[in-house]
Amino acid sequence: MQTPYLLWIILVPLIGALLNTGFYFYHIKYKKIPEKVFAIIGTVTPFIAFLFTLNLFFKLLDGSANLEQTLFQWLDVDSLSVEVKFLGDKLSIFMSMFVTFVGWLIHIYAVGYMKGDDGFGKFFAYFNLFLASMLILVLADNPIILFVGWEGVGVCSYLLISFHYTNADNVMAGNKAFIVNRVGDLGFILGVITLFFALDQSGLSFETMKTNINMAPNELLILSGFLLFVGAMGKSAQVPLYVWLPDAMAGPTPISALIHAATMVTAGIYMVARFHFLYSSVEEIGLFIAYIGAISALFAAIIATRQQDIKKILAYSTMSQLGYMFMGVGLGFYSSGLFHVFTHAFFKAMLFMGAGGAILALHHEQNIFKMAQHRKRLPIISATFLIGVIAISGIPPFSGFFSKDAILAASFQQGEYLIWGIGMFTAFLTAFYMFRLYFIVFVAPNGQESQYTYTDKTITIPLLILAIGAIFAGFLNFPAIFGGSAFVDSWLSELNSIKLHMSHATEYALMIASIAVAGAGIFVAYKKYASFDVYKPESEEGLIANKFYVDEFYDKVFVQSIKKMSTFFDETVDTKYIDGGLMMICREFVNVGKKLAILQNANVRYYAFYMLAGISAISMYIYITLLGQ
Amino acid sequence: MASLTGYATVSMILFSLGAIGVVSRRNVFVIYMSIELMLNGINLFLVTFARYHFNMDGQILSMMVIAIAAAEAAIFLSVIILLFRTKKSLDTDIFTELKQEVE
Repeated sequence: MQTPYLLWIILVPLIGALLNTGFYFYHIKYKKIPEKVFAIIGTVTPFIAFLFTLNLFFKLLDGSANLEQTLFQWLDVDSLSVEVKFLGDKLSIFMSMFVTFVGWLIHIYAVGYMKGDDGFGKFFAYFNLFLASMLILVLADNPIILFVGWEGVGVCSYLLISFHYTNADNVMAGNKAFIVNRVGDLGFILGVITLFFALDQSGLSFETMKTNINMAPNELLILSGFLLFVGAMGKSAQVPLYVWLPDAMAGPTPISALIHAATMVTAGIYMVARFHFLYSSVEEIGLFIAYIGAISALFAAIIATRQQDIKKILAYSTMSQLGYMFMGVGLGFYSSGLFHVFTHAFFKAMLFMGAGGAILALHHEQNIFKMAQHRKRLPIISATFLIGVIAISGIPPFSGFFSKDAILAASFQQGEYLIWGIGMFTAFLTAFYMFRLYFIVFVAPNGQESQYTYTDKTITIPLLILAIGAIFAGFLNFPAIFGGSAFVDSWLSELNSIKLHMSHATEYALMIASIAVAGAGIFVAYKKYASFDVYKPESEEGLIANKFYVDEFYDKVFVQSIKKMSTFFDETVDTKYIDGGLMMICREFVNVGKKLAILQNANVRYYAFYMLAGISAISMYIYITLLGQ
Repeated sequence: MASLTGYATVSMILFSLGAIGVVSRRNVFVIYMSIELMLNGINLFLVTFARYHFNMDGQILSMMVIAIAAAEAAIFLSVIILLFRTKKSLDTDIFTELKQEVE
């Protein structure tokens, strides 16, 4: 069914971005514009986009067919035909629902957080553009349009991470995010190309791909599935392309919240779910994805236990949770994976916003031990933070429990006990490191405390709204075992997710096991950190605190070797061979010229002789040719 | 009437003498006279063939050549005077200002 609204979902934030850009230029060139103007444009546009999405959601809920909107033909070369077309099926509307909603709340939060910043208008221009790119990605009807959004998201993350560009570290972090993502993007492009040829060039829209998937040879499907997943690894920060995510914390906190909760990192999961028809036909790759997810989840959780920067801990926890999501979608439980994306968006946005609020109150201090030393009482922030921490640890009835438990149960049912085991252990670590963070920053005694009151409602109100989401979002997919209707599972039924079918006893046992594991994590954290002496911070030595030296390893192996190669090409190949070769040709011309210049000796008699000789030669030539006829 | 070959031979000898003079002599004045000799050799050729073919075109062309040679003589003689004034000599080997200096 054609609808004119799909375009407006994307267009409204885009118009916001353009307006903010225009006003910002006016602001810096001519006359100061009050922050209020930027704030209103920046926050109203995502809300309008959310309303449009809500409208389409209810249409789909009424049983309408998939919505679509064709704008124009973009490319038409031989069998490659790309239309600018948007697709509003249940999956994409599900995604854009929480992207616009959580995105909107983060925009509101950013108004308070960025107050007084020189680049206030610029920030909101980038922010709106980020949201618009993510919506293009989500609502795309074919991989090419998806890639436009994919790249747009990459560019905006680069711009936002290095937002305070006067600090060289921020710029480096932005570059790192952009370059590491580029590696993934190459995989994505190659994957799409492979798929296009594997399907006999029969078209690029998701619908036609889905119908034609059976005609492709299996090897090519495996190859393209793998290459597409390399793209997802880059965007969704999985091993081995995750290194950019912790560094991306260099940007202001609202950006971290937006990248981690609503946009960017969820793109990889969404893409895998989008290509569900491909991944369910090649199970090897699905399993590979699940294992990468499990390894990433564990790896990030281990690193997170020894980090001291509050935002880095949260960054690693995101990576770990993304690992869970990949476990879900990799094993074919697409709706469970996406449901975890959904609940994660609420509690992770809230955690980041809470962390940002605390950082702001403590004069931009990010080290958890130092934060504890200068702690002020932050009632709303510490309460919402606690809710987020409980939700991410997987304690019922908070939202994280339902989504994470569904994934763990899924891996158990599929007989992937190794993945299940890693998942369980990671759940333990998650509870441990999140509560370590909470106990140190908000609980551990420091002997002095003063109340800090936020005058700015834009910071606290989004937190409270998200807290409600973090508590109750889980009930959207209330499992059948408790008499729920599993709304998300049935909503996303067209993805053909594998269904859970295990005895109730097993399911209860698994739930109790995961609750026990999380409880154990909390207990260990409580024992160790609830009365921790914050004036004696943990040492920053050791393998884990140094993130397993992966950054150093990448630096040695990739960065330095590429640098060496560049130097080699610059100093040896270019200077010696290419320049040398060109200069040799030039010198030879000069030499020949010098030899010929001897003829030009200013002696008229010689000139006359050359002329005579020339004329004679020409005459002889004509004479001989004439003779030959 | 002498044969065509004879006239042709005489005119070719005249032309060749002139050419050799231009190349080998150093005095500007003699070079000028050698050029005139070449011109007249050609003139003789033209006239001979005009007579041989009973066609007046060659005769007309030779008259043109003589007329232009007269004009040329006026210019050439003034150039020779100027050359002599600058270097007090008419030796062509002295006039080498346009030589390319090869390092």
